[in-house]
Amino acid sequence: MLAAIGVMVVLAVAIGLVLGWSAIRFRVEGNPLAEKIDAILPQTQCGQCGFPGCRPYAEAIAKGEADINQCPPGGEEGVKKLADLLGVEPKSLDETHGTPKPKSVAFIDERTCIGCTLCIQACPVDAISGAAKQMHTIIAAECTGCELCLPPCPVDCISMVPIAEDLPHWKYKHPVVMLKLVAETESA
Amino acid sequence: MSRELHRFKGGVHPPDHKAESNRRPVHAAPLPKKLVIPLRQHLGNPAKPVVEVGDPVKKGQMIAAADGYISAAVHASSSGVVTAIDLQPVPHISGLPDLCITIETDGRDEWIDHAPLDYLAVEPSQLRMQLRDMGLVGLGGAVFPTGVKLDPGATQQCPTLIINGGECEPWITCDDVLMRQHAGEVLEGVAIMRHLMGSTEILVGIEDNKPEAIAAMRAAAARLDFAVEVVVIPTLYPSGGAKQMTEILTGKQVPSGKRSTDIGLQVFNVGTAYALARAVHHGEPLISRLVTVTGHVLRPQNFEVLIGTPMHTLITLAGDRDGTTGVLMGGPMMGVPMPNLDVPVVKATNCILVKSKELFPPLPNALPCIRCTRCADACPAELQPQELFRFAKAGDFGRAQEYHLFDCIECGCCSYVCPSHIPLVDFYRYAKSEIWAHEKDKRASDLARERHEFRQFRLEREKKEKAEKLAAKAQAKRAELAAVPPAERAVPSDADAKKALIAAALARAQAKRSDAAPKNIDHLTPEQLHQIEEIEARRAKIRELARQPLESEEKNT
Repeated sequence: MLAAIGVMVVLAVAIGLVLGWSAIRFRVEGNPLAEKIDAILPQTQCGQCGFPGCRPYAEAIAKGEADINQCPPGGEEGVKKLADLLGVEPKSLDETHGTPKPKSVAFIDERTCIGCTLCIQACPVDAISGAAKQMHTIIAAECTGCELCLPPCPVDCISMVPIAEDLPHWKYKHPVVMLKLVAETESA
Repeated sequence: MSRELHRFKGGVHPPDHKAESNRRPVHAAPLPKKLVIPLRQHLGNPAKPVVEVGDPVKKGQMIAAADGYISAAVHASSSGVVTAIDLQPVPHISGLPDLCITIETDGRDEWIDHAPLDYLAVEPSQLRMQLRDMGLVGLGGAVFPTGVKLDPGATQQCPTLIINGGECEPWITCDDVLMRQHAGEVLEGVAIMRHLMGSTEILVGIEDNKPEAIAAMRAAAARLDFAVEVVVIPTLYPSGGAKQMTEILTGKQVPSGKRSTDIGLQVFNVGTAYALARAVHHGEPLISRLVTVTGHVLRPQNFEVLIGTPMHTLITLAGDRDGTTGVLMGGPMMGVPMPNLDVPVVKATNCILVKSKELFPPLPNALPCIRCTRCADACPAELQPQELFRFAKAGDFGRAQEYHLFDCIECGCCSYVCPSHIPLVDFYRYAKSEIWAHEKDKRASDLARERHEFRQFRLEREKKEKAEKLAAKAQAKRAELAAVPPAERAVPSDADAKKALIAAALARAQAKRSDAAPKNIDHLTPEQLHQIEEIEARRAKIRELARQPLESEEKNT
């Protein structure tokens, strides 16, 4: 009887030690679920979801504090992917957070720009180049089209230009298969 | 010379229609008034223009330079003046315009100074760069820069060199005609390739429906001082595909996701070898190529065409007929429909195929897939086209990739045999293009994430640095004040120290302001200066007046 209890105690201590050691040794930094959600989000950092950037939104979803349909740039497709990842039913986009728009980049009208640097401070991805009293310009390749530079501009010199379809951006369209009518539907 | 031939799986036997165009002699197409030369004629980065509108150019002059390693230069096909560098229609399935250089030709067709290269004396890496600057690209269809392909790598060995004279696609005869007429020069190009690749075994694969080309190549090969084996292969579409040709001649398969150099061989088209010989032995960049104009025309034939010649002039030259229902660039199996005929001939244009209702009856409407797997039997890449179709149609691109979508060579065998007439290849092209777009978006969002995270880090760091700097400054000022002997100090308190700091700052600002002299009074007349002085005096008086009541108030309190 005593021997049995002794064995159990020794086992419990040994296993406890192993578990405790591995909890420290193999600790996962950050929230792996938030990482996965963040990878799906479009990284526009636009804040339309109500969080200051994609990462905070991903963390809020991971904690269950935010819904999955608050990201307009991700569109319905993004919602579907998030639903797949989290194993929930996909739902339609919450329109209170905005509607999906065609992909655009910001454009600064350099004749109107006064060089106030307010847009530079607003840009979440540092895609605006310029200095005080120097003309500013958008680095188009790095602009995410988040529109955060529009409100601070005192002279309204920034506009959003949709990305035109040119050869490097062109995609094959889904082929339309014309189905042949085999038999007339019989009238009831 | 009997070599054991292998057979790739699948393949089809479409009617070859070669006899229409390979009997007439090759003519040089006349010099057009206007040449429109696209800058994106090859795989990789488009070339960068090095001329400006209004510049005179000579034949063979570089008008756009290669941009990066995987790129190729573009040259003026004839002499004249650059009249535009803008978006023009190009031969692309989308019908979208692309950046082109337009040259108004002067009719003199005057060459720029050019001289042959001594390829044996030049360092191989330098020779490859020179070939890139001569605009050499693979003329078999993929237009991959030849200089890049001619690199066996530091450790890789490339013992086998395969010269592809398969030309399996129906209707096209430009390689056939080239081998008949320029077999010697094709093999001169092969000699240069052999030198660069260090190959020991050279195989030329030609389909057995081109007996004249085989005879000409054998005769030319007999005159060489190294061994070239001209191998006759049975006619079967798509034996002219690089991977299929490799399998027929060597029995080796290029593993999925690997390059042919990984298994010690490299494949070049005969047209590429000819262009290489012209570039090295004559110093001529790639400014023209053989183009088959065939199908619904009066005189189907091959032309030697300057790059940039509008396609409609070639069709007129071959005799256009009524009842044209469309034009393909390339053959009937892999060709792409042209949105209009003003588009220029580019380096990839091997054939202009004019369609008519009789020659190419419109396909009946597609029926649902019955999963008969005839496409799987015909697929030379050993894929499961019916499964790929299902995934591509449903937008399940991940599964399509698992089924090796990217090993599809888009040869069109599956669509050819499909009893339901489903345009299968269109679905694979659609799926590939969607996957590429997804990958591009992914890269863009990764970049945005990285930049955003760096910005957060930078803002945090700047805030910290600023706080530290301020703290250090305040500390220094306090120490300075503390150094003053206590007798001279009034009541030593924190509030006083702060006041002193503020007063010092105010004094500094005042000094700065009075130091800054106005800069716009240098060229004024004495009267104007006088006026300014008067105004300043008045201002000082008003300021004085404005301050007085405050002071009196202070006295009262």
